[in-house]
Amino acid sequence: MTDTTTRTSGKGREVVAFRVSGQDFCFDIMSVREIRGWTETTLLPHAQPYVKGVINLRGSVVPVVDLSERLGLGAIEPGPRHVIIITVIGSQTVGLLADVVSDILTVNEEDIQPVPEIAADEVKAYISGVVVVEGKMIRKMDLSRVLPTAIREVA
Amino acid sequence: MSSVSSDDFRDSFFQECEELLEAMQDGFALMVSGAHEAETVHAVFRAVHSIKGGAGAFGFDALVAFAHHFETALDKLRSGDLEAGEETLMLFQRCGDHLADLVSAARDEAGGPLPGGEELREELDSLIGEQPQEEEGLPAFEPVVLDLDAMGEAQEGPGSISILFEPEADLFRSNNEPALLFRSLERLGRLEARADLSRVPLLEDLDPEQCHIQWQLGLETEESEGEIRAVFEFVEDACRLEISSLGAAGLEDGDLPSLEDLISVSPEASLLAETAPPPPAQTAEKTESATEKTSGGPPRGAATATIRVDLDRVDKLINLVGELVIKEAMLSQSIAQLELPSENEVSGGLESLKQLAGEIQEGVMAIRAQPVKPMFQRMARIVREAATATGKRVRLVTQGEHTEVDKTVIERLIDPLTHMIRNAVDHGLESPEARREAGKPEEGTVILSAAHRSGRVMIDISDDGGGINREKVRKIAESKGLVSPEADLSAVEIDNLLFLPGFSSKEQVSELSGRGVGLDVARSEVQTLGGRVSIASTPGEGTTFSISLPLTLAVMEGMVIEVAGQTMVVPITAIQESLQTRTAEIHSIGATGRVVANRERLVPIVDLGETFGLRRTPQNLDGHVLLMVETDSTTHCALIVDAIQDQRQVVIKSLETNYGHVHGVAAATILGDGRIALIIDPDSIIRDTVGAAGADLQLQLAR
Repeated sequence: MTDTTTRTSGKGREVVAFRVSGQDFCFDIMSVREIRGWTETTLLPHAQPYVKGVINLRGSVVPVVDLSERLGLGAIEPGPRHVIIITVIGSQTVGLLADVVSDILTVNEEDIQPVPEIAADEVKAYISGVVVVEGKMIRKMDLSRVLPTAIREVA
Repeated sequence: MSSVSSDDFRDSFFQECEELLEAMQDGFALMVSGAHEAETVHAVFRAVHSIKGGAGAFGFDALVAFAHHFETALDKLRSGDLEAGEETLMLFQRCGDHLADLVSAARDEAGGPLPGGEELREELDSLIGEQPQEEEGLPAFEPVVLDLDAMGEAQEGPGSISILFEPEADLFRSNNEPALLFRSLERLGRLEARADLSRVPLLEDLDPEQCHIQWQLGLETEESEGEIRAVFEFVEDACRLEISSLGAAGLEDGDLPSLEDLISVSPEASLLAETAPPPPAQTAEKTESATEKTSGGPPRGAATATIRVDLDRVDKLINLVGELVIKEAMLSQSIAQLELPSENEVSGGLESLKQLAGEIQEGVMAIRAQPVKPMFQRMARIVREAATATGKRVRLVTQGEHTEVDKTVIERLIDPLTHMIRNAVDHGLESPEARREAGKPEEGTVILSAAHRSGRVMIDISDDGGGINREKVRKIAESKGLVSPEADLSAVEIDNLLFLPGFSSKEQVSELSGRGVGLDVARSEVQTLGGRVSIASTPGEGTTFSISLPLTLAVMEGMVIEVAGQTMVVPITAIQESLQTRTAEIHSIGATGRVVANRERLVPIVDLGETFGLRRTPQNLDGHVLLMVETDSTTHCALIVDAIQDQRQVVIKSLETNYGHVHGVAAATILGDGRIALIIDPDSIIRDTVGAAGADLQLQLAR
């Protein structure tokens, strides 16, 4: 499996794989601007619970979203071992709080399978497919659904 | 890399149009004030002509057609066939407005004629049509040679004409001979020539290629000056020629002022300036140098070198400088923690770095600063339109139009300012009849002024109308339930009722300013810019609306506070004072409500922590500080804060870019430790907690 994915890298896409509350997710590496350690955020009033606040990213005010809470897996108490994946979604820059970044993989479009029916609706809403790598199931995250609309709603 | 597309040309055409329209408006303003010169008319003509030319190249037919008509009329004014009377100028200004409309229509690709154009065109035609016979009988001027501010008197003959002729070396190089010229002159009348040899140097200093002789010619002729100039037509570029008429009196030898007298004073000076000033009716001074002087005039708007820069680039630079300032603050914080001995090199270097960063920041901000002039010019048009709509005669006086304000501020100020200007014309000024009765000139005056005052920009809109009718204002507010009839209101408080939402003082809703948008909207727009509006009104004398604005939207002065473990910033402009809870007189109202007595009024207490959902309001306020904040002079509230840290300049960062608007928060900033702090918006917090009719509630409490 690993062999096929790496060999046909011409057609494949590179994705960043990361873990949130014990589950593996990934999304296109082109959306990632950088990965940084957890830093204390400034709380935002009237924000949704999964919005952890804002951080200073080289002069820009960037909101941080707790993916675990967003996906209905329960809020995490962020500590120094957690990471913030800075992503660019549309014109917005958003930080996603995750447990750990595990790998950078090359995935072929044809290897991506539809989301199994049994998945909880909450999770299903945010993933566009699954891919099995080395016996692990990695959920492909649909970034556009993770937050911008929700954040705009708050506004 | 074909970076120059036709779109670029199009863009630059419209940019140029903006400048040309501005020049045109300037010219009209000068003409209206009566301070115009021939060159002013030329400038306006040239502006319209250039717009026409450019529009033709892009095929904006409607624009070309109108500009052509306008240009024709202006040409009549230029040639003196048309008097620049009040009505003519009014028409021209309306035509100018229409031209501006056509330009923006062309830019929006909504080509085709606009309504009103046809009428203006007819008015222009009738204006031109009836003019020519008035000036009949005057011989046509020689357009190439004569300046257009020429007066008819030059043609008076027979007269004596004095000519100063000083050939340059080029004249001889091109095979011309003064003697031949003089002979041609002789054919026009009786000629007297005197050569001035005083400047001929000694032989050893003599430059044989140069002519050192000047001729002073006296000519008695019936011919026009044009004829005389025609003689010199081919040598004009190669000599200094000054022709002036000396009146009809016969020319005696002794009448000519001695050349030595003339020349010794200042060879460059206009000849006539030195001769005894002759009666103006007999003399038309038309020397070459004089023409230059009028066109040069005072060095008004001396061409300064400018470049056009994409706004994005400037904003990027401003962002970077903002970063620099933050980094500098972070650095100084870490250095302070090192507890270095005083007078160390690091601190000294840091200090100069701080100063440099500050200067760079100021310089970069200045790039975004724009004079308010274009905005004021737009207002001139608003006044004209408002005056027409209300049938009032209004004169707009602008002051301080070179005051510079951040570009964004200017752009966002146009709407509220338009509203206030309309308001001043519609509600502020009385009708001409009422003005006459009050012993005022029928023409009302609206003064629009801008000035820098203590780090802020003040924009005042004053009218010399009847002032605010406070009784009426109060009655309306009561009838609309905005204020209780028992409330004891001061004059200022009544004036501020005008800003309450849902207040419209005109009994009959006029088409002009009664559009359902009240002054409250104008004020909140100013507030989003960090500005404030206040009113001052004297019955019978007029009303002044004052807008006070920050110089820039990029930095502001703020008080750094701490609430529920979070650091926040309160704009310094909103803060009145701070009170110690221990000594303050605090009263409870009901279970949760609390007010504090301050300056003879009871002010509601608001906990920022609770407003922002960070904590429950502490029951015991010991150890906290009450920060008295106010919005535009009527509404106050006391914010519970845990501590006041510092007062400093903060760089304003948008929260909207990556997140969205947060209620009660104006923006964010980055503090010295690199953390983000929210800048709170006191106005929206007060509105939420005290309510829209807060002023009223408070006043009732105050009794």
